[in-house]
Amino acid sequence: MLEITLFYVAATVALVATVLAMTRTNAIHALIYLIVSLLAVAVIFFLIGAPFAAALEIVIYAGAIMVLFVFVIMMLNLGEKGDQQERQWLLPKIWAGPALLAAVLFAELLYVISTVEGPVSTTAVSAKEVGLALFGPYVLAVEIASMLLLAGLVGSFHLGRRYLERDGFDDRSEK
Amino acid sequence: MDGLNIPLNHILLVSSLLFAIGMMGLMIRRNIIFILMSLEVMLNSAALAFVAAGAHWGQPDGQIVFMLILTVAAAEVAVGLGLVLQVQKRFKTLDMDHANRMRG
Repeated sequence: MLEITLFYVAATVALVATVLAMTRTNAIHALIYLIVSLLAVAVIFFLIGAPFAAALEIVIYAGAIMVLFVFVIMMLNLGEKGDQQERQWLLPKIWAGPALLAAVLFAELLYVISTVEGPVSTTAVSAKEVGLALFGPYVLAVEIASMLLLAGLVGSFHLGRRYLERDGFDDRSEK
Repeated sequence: MDGLNIPLNHILLVSSLLFAIGMMGLMIRRNIIFILMSLEVMLNSAALAFVAAGAHWGQPDGQIVFMLILTVAAAEVAVGLGLVLQVQKRFKTLDMDHANRMRG
């Protein structure tokens, strides 16, 4: 019973933190709320018996990916001007339409999942089982993931290298 | 971890709510950093649905797909944030409406 209560608390925290993250005007504040949301999802992972996924969620999502966001926001140095601009863009007449469309799609999802029943499994799937499956039947997926990461590495290096070149990079004078 | 009886459809409900919130954020924002954050929320909600389904059957497959989604998210964010730096450098703003022309 306690675990179920914990699940609902974590789910509420995740939803509230995500809504707050999507409506902030300051990028760093939004990022902190997003980290809270990811930690709450990690709690849900742990409660439904996926401790390895919970650890990865914290280490990679909340740890690595969010730190990447923090670095970029710090490099851009948006400041108070960015806040005011964001506030102008967040008027109700702007977000009412998209909110309605998102609500319609959510209602459809709700209809689809309303037929699902049954609890999640009572036993945790350990990291050992995940590792055995990962390097057994899913080994091709590991290779594809490594190629994807290599492509991401090369792409981000290519894009970031020119940002670091100081003296006058111009679009048209590119050789 | 024994004796848990969290209903699967409640987890899927949380997942789809997170997805709807992320999609709304994607549509209402013009700042590219917030767009990338919304994409993270959407990917994360899909990952939650996969892990919940894997836990429902007691199989590790859900967690493996979660790791693949994590890989996709990491690669996407690395390239996306590189693009953010380029957009800021060329247009002096993060408003994506200013970056609406291709090169040709």
